Amino acid sequence: MSRAAEIVFDRVTKRYAARGAPALNELSLEIPAGTFCVLVGPSGSGKTTALKLVNRLVPFEDGDIRIDGRSVRDLPAVELRRGIGYVIQQIGLFPHMTVADNVATVPRLLGWPQPRTRERVAELLELVGLEHGDAGRYPSQLSGGQRQRVGLARALAADPPVLLMDEPFGALDPITRARLQQEVRRLHRAVAKTVLFVTHDVDEAIMMGDRIAILREGGVLAQYGTPDAILASPADDFVAEFVGEDRALRRLALHRVGELELDSLDVTVNAPRVAATMTVRNAVSLMLLTDNDGVVVVGDDDAARGILRLEHVKGLLR
Amino acid sequence: MTVAGGPVIPNFGKGSPCVTGNHAFCWGWVREHWGDTLQPRLVEHVELTLIAVGIGFAIAFALALLTHRVRRVEHLIGLGAALLYTIPSLAIFQILVPFFGLTTTTVEIPLVGYSLVILYPNIVAGLRAAPPDVLEAARAMGFRRRQVLARVELPLAVPAIIGGLRIAVVSTVSIATIAAFLGEKGLGYPILLALKEPTPFRTEIYSAGLLVVALALTCDAILVLLRRALVPWTRVGNT
Repeated sequence: MSRAAEIVFDRVTKRYAARGAPALNELSLEIPAGTFCVLVGPSGSGKTTALKLVNRLVPFEDGDIRIDGRSVRDLPAVELRRGIGYVIQQIGLFPHMTVADNVATVPRLLGWPQPRTRERVAELLELVGLEHGDAGRYPSQLSGGQRQRVGLARALAADPPVLLMDEPFGALDPITRARLQQEVRRLHRAVAKTVLFVTHDVDEAIMMGDRIAILREGGVLAQYGTPDAILASPADDFVAEFVGEDRALRRLALHRVGELELDSLDVTVNAPRVAATMTVRNAVSLMLLTDNDGVVVVGDDDAARGILRLEHVKGLLR
Repeated sequence: MTVAGGPVIPNFGKGSPCVTGNHAFCWGWVREHWGDTLQPRLVEHVELTLIAVGIGFAIAFALALLTHRVRRVEHLIGLGAALLYTIPSLAIFQILVPFFGLTTTTVEIPLVGYSLVILYPNIVAGLRAAPPDVLEAARAMGFRRRQVLARVELPLAVPAIIGGLRIAVVSTVSIATIAAFLGEKGLGYPILLALKEPTPFRTEIYSAGLLVVALALTCDAILVLLRRALVPWTRVGNT
């Protein structure tokens, strides 16, 4: 049902005052179609500015941003925005409209026939995990998590190829946030859109991103790559510090024991048994806890597939 | 205190002992004179109020939209409105009578002015009631400026606008009694006549006064119901 589009930042510089330090400095970034790309950095790194340049909520002159090869300046702003989903931390639901009317906003702007809009709204509410009965409620009747689900459904309503998300889970409690993070990842696999996701939380970036762009103060790109590549070899001290001294452990959390090469099974071994889907990080934790230098990896059928030893883990990090 | 048999109040002469004795309140007189004294004045009073608030609202709304577009004019309009409010209506009549005579126009001009002064800041505040994140979301979804106004800012301004209308209507109903100074208009007229009697006629003052109060309360109740109908989203509680 879905399309995705490539987004290219081409030497984009943004200054808010005519003089003064730029908020974004010569940012170049290629985000392949369908990628979940996280922009992460401390405050003042220009990550939100970068996001708002894409739908021209913030105007810019220097450099260019292209969506599927077409400059964002080639279209009237209003048309451009109707083709780009936008989700923000404060959500910004229309308080005077029901959930269904909120979700139907962009389809109505685009002049979809009523039955198609109604169908799409029902489909989306289900997609984001809302009850059918929520359609007629007002935002003030919903919890924070439910509101952000509505915000997400509203952004996806007209099936835009690009989705911009500005710290969408920043105001939610940790449990709701973790649940929504997982669901948005699941949703991304299902709808395959190009997502540009801003956060200041490096854990969230590592968990959510196919790719991560780390920005430093002054809007300079510090490093761009997969979470694994960035954790394995930070480009400089800033990135190393930003991703944390425990970056080796963070990296282990990205891998599952089933992916690694295992030693063949030694019948005398008396190590804990773990599922192939366990993260390497948790397996190492278990080894330390049980004073073993290995764990037995078992498959879905509960049959042992081999032994993962600390040596293998060191090999992974090398 | 009255001479037996002789009417104290010539104009209301052949009345009952209640009237001739100028007791606190004579139902009989009210029933008898509803058709020729009270009801026509009540209708006029409603007209005076509706015209004043209607025109005042139209002007205030236009000025508020202008202010919403061009913020700089707010001080200017606010100052003009405040000045208007400080001029006593009797003084305004003095100025207007040479131009418009003892007409409804002369009465309506200050009444329109007063309701305008109340409505303008309320509508301006209402148009600013939309939270910034809601406006940003609207813009990001591709609303044009007019669509933001029509679909977001105006609906969210309704509670403040109706709040302003309630104050404007109630105070206009009360102030409209001054129309009596310019002639036979509104519920102020019977009050003025009764006051001019050698002994102020209490029943007439009280009945006309009560009608003014009842009219104000009725208008207010109608606006409260209107708000409930137009603003369903604030009625629902949090879950």
